[in-house]
Amino acid sequence: MSEHSTQHEGHGPGYGLFIAIWAALLVLTATTVWVAGINLGFLNVVAALAVATTKASLVIFFFMHLKYEELTLKLMVLTAFVILSIFIGMTFFDTAYR
Amino acid sequence: MTLPKDYLGAKMGMWLFLFTEILLFGGLFVLYSVTMQRYPVEFHTASQMLDVTMGTLNTVVLITSSLFAALAVIALQRGDIRRSKIFILLTILLAGVFLADKYMEWGAKIHHGIYPNSPHLTDWPEGQQAFFALYYTMTGLHGIHVVLGMGLLGWVYWLISKGKITPEQHVTLENAGLYWHLVDLIWIYLFPLFYLIT
Repeated sequence: MSEHSTQHEGHGPGYGLFIAIWAALLVLTATTVWVAGINLGFLNVVAALAVATTKASLVIFFFMHLKYEELTLKLMVLTAFVILSIFIGMTFFDTAYR
Repeated sequence: MTLPKDYLGAKMGMWLFLFTEILLFGGLFVLYSVTMQRYPVEFHTASQMLDVTMGTLNTVVLITSSLFAALAVIALQRGDIRRSKIFILLTILLAGVFLADKYMEWGAKIHHGIYPNSPHLTDWPEGQQAFFALYYTMTGLHGIHVVLGMGLLGWVYWLISKGKITPEQHVTLENAGLYWHLVDLIWIYLFPLFYLIT
């Protein structure tokens, strides 16, 4: 595979799309601050993490270009996050039932 | 004279490094969550002492800097070197704003005697001490990443000026951008965890 063909494919995103993603990230930031002001008990933590994960996905797929990468790289990133969730999940299996 | 770069290989290498960073911070997030589960009331009290306005401002600053880093890559891909360099400088500038905000936040806390092992803090309940220990460790480690990211972006700027990074060979800028987005990514989780837990 020629590196030129990879670097010059015209399927990359443009300025407009990235500015739209940025605007979405700001709206989500405002949302999370707003929701934190309402007392929902444990749901506050769930809401904060859900919004953070939505923001993280936007950053990973668009700003970090993952959406436009090859399948190999996508699977690598998926593997890393699966390992992280096993790490977090197993820890909570332990501590939550002590 | 320049060797053709293995584009995918260069990116994979960068992502592999980022995975180690994700697991490094992942470990700290696990420690944070387990400690919060143990001291929910103390974490709530301690969290109230942080300045949400400053934290929100810094979130906006970092997200915007991430946008500029992403735009720098597009500009370079399109052959607009001048614009790409301006976007890199804006990214570094906002990184500086982030650190200045952080400096004021830490400064205010330290001024009030809240810092690890301070006589004031050691009188507090264990859970609040743990909160601030984690706060300083995690935002401190993140801050070091911000400083490193500024250096990395500065180096990339210099490489572009020297003609070592060109519209044809831009993977180094992309990788520096990836590092910068990771710094943003980590902050996206640090912000709600420290400032917004109710």
